[in-house]
Amino acid sequence: MKKALLSGFAALTLLGAAPAAMAEEEYLTSEEATEKYHKYPEHFSFPQSGIMGTFDRAQLQRGFQVYREVCSACHSLERVAFRTLTQIGYSEEEVKALAAEYEVQDGPDDDGEMYYRPAKPSDYIPSPYENEQQSRASNGGAYPPDLSLITKARPHGPDYVASLVGLGYTDEAPEDVQVSDGQYYNPYFHTVLLAMAQPLYEEQVEYADGTPATIEQMAQDVTTFLTWAAEPSMEARKRTGIGVMIFLAILIVVSYVSYKKVWEDVKK
Amino acid sequence: MAHNYQSKYQNPVINWIDTRLPIFWLVDTAVGAGHPTPKNLNYWWNFGSLAGLCLVIQLISGFVLAMHYTPHADMAFASVEHIMRDVNYGWRIRYIHANGASFFFVVVFIHIFRGLYYGSYKAPRELLWMLGVTILLLMMATAFMGYVLPWGQMSFWGATVITNLFSAVPFVGDSIVTLLWGGFSVDNPTLARFFSLHYLLPFVITGTVILHVWALNMPGSNNPSGIDVKGPQDTIPFHPYYTIKDVFGIAVFLAVFCAFVFFMPNALGHPDNYIPADPLATPSHIVPEWYFLPFYAILRAVPDKLLGVVAMFASIGVLFVLPWLDTSPVRSATFRPLYKKFFWIFIVVCFGLGWCGQADTDMPLIPFGEDEQAIAENIAARLPADSRAELLANVPGDLKVLETYATRAGMSEAAFERLVEKEKVTFDVLHLNRLLTAYYFFHFLVLIPLLGWFEKTRPLPESLSSPVLSPSAMPAE
Amino acid sequence: MSIEADAIDGADVNRRDFIHIATGSMLAVGGAMVAWPFIHQMNPSADVRALATIEVDLAALEPGMGMKAMFRGKPLFIRRRTDAEIAEAREVSMTSLPDPQADEERAQKAEYLVLLGVCTHLGCVPLGTGSGEKRGDYNGWFCPCHGSHYDTSGRIRKGPAPYNLEIPFYEYTSDTTIKVGKEV
Repeated sequence: MKKALLSGFAALTLLGAAPAAMAEEEYLTSEEATEKYHKYPEHFSFPQSGIMGTFDRAQLQRGFQVYREVCSACHSLERVAFRTLTQIGYSEEEVKALAAEYEVQDGPDDDGEMYYRPAKPSDYIPSPYENEQQSRASNGGAYPPDLSLITKARPHGPDYVASLVGLGYTDEAPEDVQVSDGQYYNPYFHTVLLAMAQPLYEEQVEYADGTPATIEQMAQDVTTFLTWAAEPSMEARKRTGIGVMIFLAILIVVSYVSYKKVWEDVKK
Repeated sequence: MAHNYQSKYQNPVINWIDTRLPIFWLVDTAVGAGHPTPKNLNYWWNFGSLAGLCLVIQLISGFVLAMHYTPHADMAFASVEHIMRDVNYGWRIRYIHANGASFFFVVVFIHIFRGLYYGSYKAPRELLWMLGVTILLLMMATAFMGYVLPWGQMSFWGATVITNLFSAVPFVGDSIVTLLWGGFSVDNPTLARFFSLHYLLPFVITGTVILHVWALNMPGSNNPSGIDVKGPQDTIPFHPYYTIKDVFGIAVFLAVFCAFVFFMPNALGHPDNYIPADPLATPSHIVPEWYFLPFYAILRAVPDKLLGVVAMFASIGVLFVLPWLDTSPVRSATFRPLYKKFFWIFIVVCFGLGWCGQADTDMPLIPFGEDEQAIAENIAARLPADSRAELLANVPGDLKVLETYATRAGMSEAAFERLVEKEKVTFDVLHLNRLLTAYYFFHFLVLIPLLGWFEKTRPLPESLSSPVLSPSAMPAE
Repeated sequence: MSIEADAIDGADVNRRDFIHIATGSMLAVGGAMVAWPFIHQMNPSADVRALATIEVDLAALEPGMGMKAMFRGKPLFIRRRTDAEIAEAREVSMTSLPDPQADEERAQKAEYLVLLGVCTHLGCVPLGTGSGEKRGDYNGWFCPCHGSHYDTSGRIRKGPAPYNLEIPFYEYTSDTTIKVGKEV
């Protein structure tokens, strides 16, 4: 089955290659296309931006819903344990029920067999594929990256993610950009062509809190969730930081006065 | 001092210990009330103790991180994320360590530039200076290996690029690289030994720092005037005068440091290092950590692989011989009007090299138009023989004329534009990079020796505490 | 003026100034606040704490059978006791026990006995839970290291172990499920 799929792709690529060669002059090279059409991410102001910013719990939960219902079909989130979802506002009971909806592999049992059991809060969110090879085989050779750290692993990560999935797919590909099979045009991607099809459509998910599920809304919600997933300690970090800065500001003043007092009898 | 030393301390317990092991005496004379220090030190002299603080921060945070980190290619990345997510205050400790490395370099670079400005490397402080340069080298090795440990993309590819530098060594280069790797590429054995060395080298640094402080205590600190201490009227005890000044300096330093740790902890890192190492995919743009950028630029400036490596190491090696390159009898730039100017030019050059280190080498900076000759030759190749001869015999300087030839040769407008784009003549980053590299060595090898001969220095005051000029230093007229 | 002499005398006077005390105290407090994270990092991390409790499903246990589970890095023994075994445990006279404790205090439901599988002598894992394992002279557990015999209530009866096998904290979350351990 896998083999058949692969050879199918090979055939498609061959078919696509012939007209492309003839029309070479018409299309931009990939460097030229990047230079001409690549856009830097838009700047969004998220509630968690800035030195005092904190997450909006409702938005985190909506973002998690988008991840579960859309992204998780291809993208793993392997560094996030169910237990940590209490931080985005779920109760322990809710987390337990949520985890139990997933199956994780465990074992070996007494007979030496691996088996599946419902997930527990201490488990990590299971990945859609067993390994990178399997995920490439299922995605035409492309590897949907793990999303646990995506907002830290890209320059201007949150803005990039929100732009890529929220704004980038609305543009038609320009005529001088050659889009092969299995490629999609998105000016926010660094080569303007990527293997991910448009993931979000209007009203794709139904939010429990009644927020209208526009593409931009979903994109920003999932970005916020992924920002949390990349660094769950962000709120604690900023909170501690404020206290530390206040302490140091006082120490600077006090030690300066102390310093001047010690030095007042020294003649220059 | 040893066999007939009798402690002066009144407290009987301290006296008993100090007589047998004069540790109180040692601390007192090194950084205490018993250490006379020039009284005119300015804030630039704070950076020595700040460097010491940075070392302590790195040692403590590092040994704590080692309790949770796993030096294995399969687990290193995950163990760092474990520290960030699960270990109590782990995120804070890791951010302190990661940013601490950067700030250690900030402080040490300022400390070095202070030494350059005030001539602190000159006799009798040559060995003190050389020990300092040794510390810088050890720090660079330690920081490089530390950056490999998270086993992200930049870790892996940085390690690959830097270890490959040694392959430039003639004859045995490849064997050296294999030895460093413990295999045929950067892999698990490399990671494990880097972890071991990253833990070892800080002890070597600490030892060298102790020698550095010892060597400082023999002649005592230099000072902004560069004039030797003439007597007790020029000095004040280190404690409490400079201890309290250091406390103030530390408070200011910590405020800047904590601003990074708590509000922009990843600003000095690279996003690619949050992608696990992948030996099959090179990041589009490999850049070293910012503190290596000037040296990396010098490496790239030289077109030859071996000479590039030699130049890079020479850029630090030249600091070792600086005390003998500088022929000027005057230490402080305050009294060296020409050197002062060149010092600031040198600072700009160093920043320029740092900027070049992170830029694409072929990024154009100053356009000089197009190379018409090359364009004409390209078009001529497509023309019939007679037109070809006509075109090449008299290459037109006008692009429009050239375009008519191109149309005749059957080139489309787009193809012609692409050709023109390709033959653009510019002064690009690589050119700037080479210019600055040349200047870097020019500064040390030519300017500094010559300045000592030609520079007319300003008259020196009689002592560092008096503004009165000594008769001998008065201008001759 | 002689700064040297003044400075040393002056320093003693200065040190008593309020501002120096304030600076010193702030340094001390700051140091303590910095120290705490470096100490607390050694305490169990969040993933370890998440495994401080486990849930065990007892439904599959037949009378007379035992099972093992891992709890906080140690073996957990659970035996579904037969009526005869329960009776045996309850008929013993307290005075004959080295570490007297009634069986009723050791099992929340008489049928299921939940024990930590760590011998109280020197920490070996006693035999007797798996089918076919040696159960010792009292039909309970037997520690092969130094020959301690435990009865069907996990109490020490013979051998060098000083105490009964430890009963961990657990509670029934349903008729046949227990949650072992307290949340931390």
